Amino acid sequence: MSAATLPVRFEHQFDDPAQQRHAATLGMWIFLATEILFFGAMFLGYTAYRVYYPQAFAEASRHTLIAFGATNTAVLLISSTVMAFAVGAAGRNKSRPLATLLFVAAALGATFLVIKGFEYSREIHEGLLPGRHFRIDVADRMHAEMFFYIYWVVTGVHALHVTIGVILIAFFGFRAWFTDAFRDHDTPIELLGLYWHFVDIVWVFLFPLLYMIDRHTS
Amino acid sequence: MTSRAPTSLTNLINGLVLLALLALTIAVAYINLGPLNTVVAMAISGAKAALILLFFMQLRYSKPSVWIFAAAGFFWLAIMIAMALSDYLTRGWV
Repeated sequence: MSAATLPVRFEHQFDDPAQQRHAATLGMWIFLATEILFFGAMFLGYTAYRVYYPQAFAEASRHTLIAFGATNTAVLLISSTVMAFAVGAAGRNKSRPLATLLFVAAALGATFLVIKGFEYSREIHEGLLPGRHFRIDVADRMHAEMFFYIYWVVTGVHALHVTIGVILIAFFGFRAWFTDAFRDHDTPIELLGLYWHFVDIVWVFLFPLLYMIDRHTS
Repeated sequence: MTSRAPTSLTNLINGLVLLALLALTIAVAYINLGPLNTVVAMAISGAKAALILLFFMQLRYSKPSVWIFAAAGFFWLAIMIAMALSDYLTRGWV
């Protein structure tokens, strides 16, 4: 049997590769649904507190560092775009361009984390980490602190997702560069892309909700 | 498989539109629209999410069953938020 006629790999429980791909895609979306609800609980907590203490949330939000947040939003959006190109390259069986694009997407994800790290460092320095050393110049200090509890937990969990994404994308990049694991088998890249785009969507909502509640009055 | 995937041009345009929407979000945040600020910000975020879902996550090119699985997560999220807020928002009424 020559290499050209080798059948595309698929597991015995599936009729054909298309059905296998379809099942894998549905499975990934089920996982993403659990992720939507996982982050959704934090969005709900945020919403309930903001409805009750709009003034404290507005004032606390003005203390976030919008230049960092805006830059990071752009970095993630560009990373997602690069990932979309990677999925396209995988579909066309272009291993080297695929690996290169994955490395670029991972590097942008790492850039996000570095920027976030500098931002966290400045916020800790300014006393915006809830706890004994929390200090903020607002009327309702208690609920401004609640805003920052939510800020740290939800951005921290998001950053954990970015970290996992960067590791996976870099790992897949090495596999694409050194092996032919994704030749005629681009489903793993597609599913990795779904995860990465989901992480991007979460940030698309976090950015205005955390950084820009009340920027127009100052 | 490439026949049902978005083209490179589609991906490029989508990326640029997303960055333009980001610029719009920031610009609008500095204009005082009263309570509409949050509404507009969420509308823009919703538009960005829709573009990412339809093109980058390829829902536009997917079978109806994938649509149902994708919608399920957001459907349950809507139930969770609606039911919880029906409590929090109405406590002052009694």
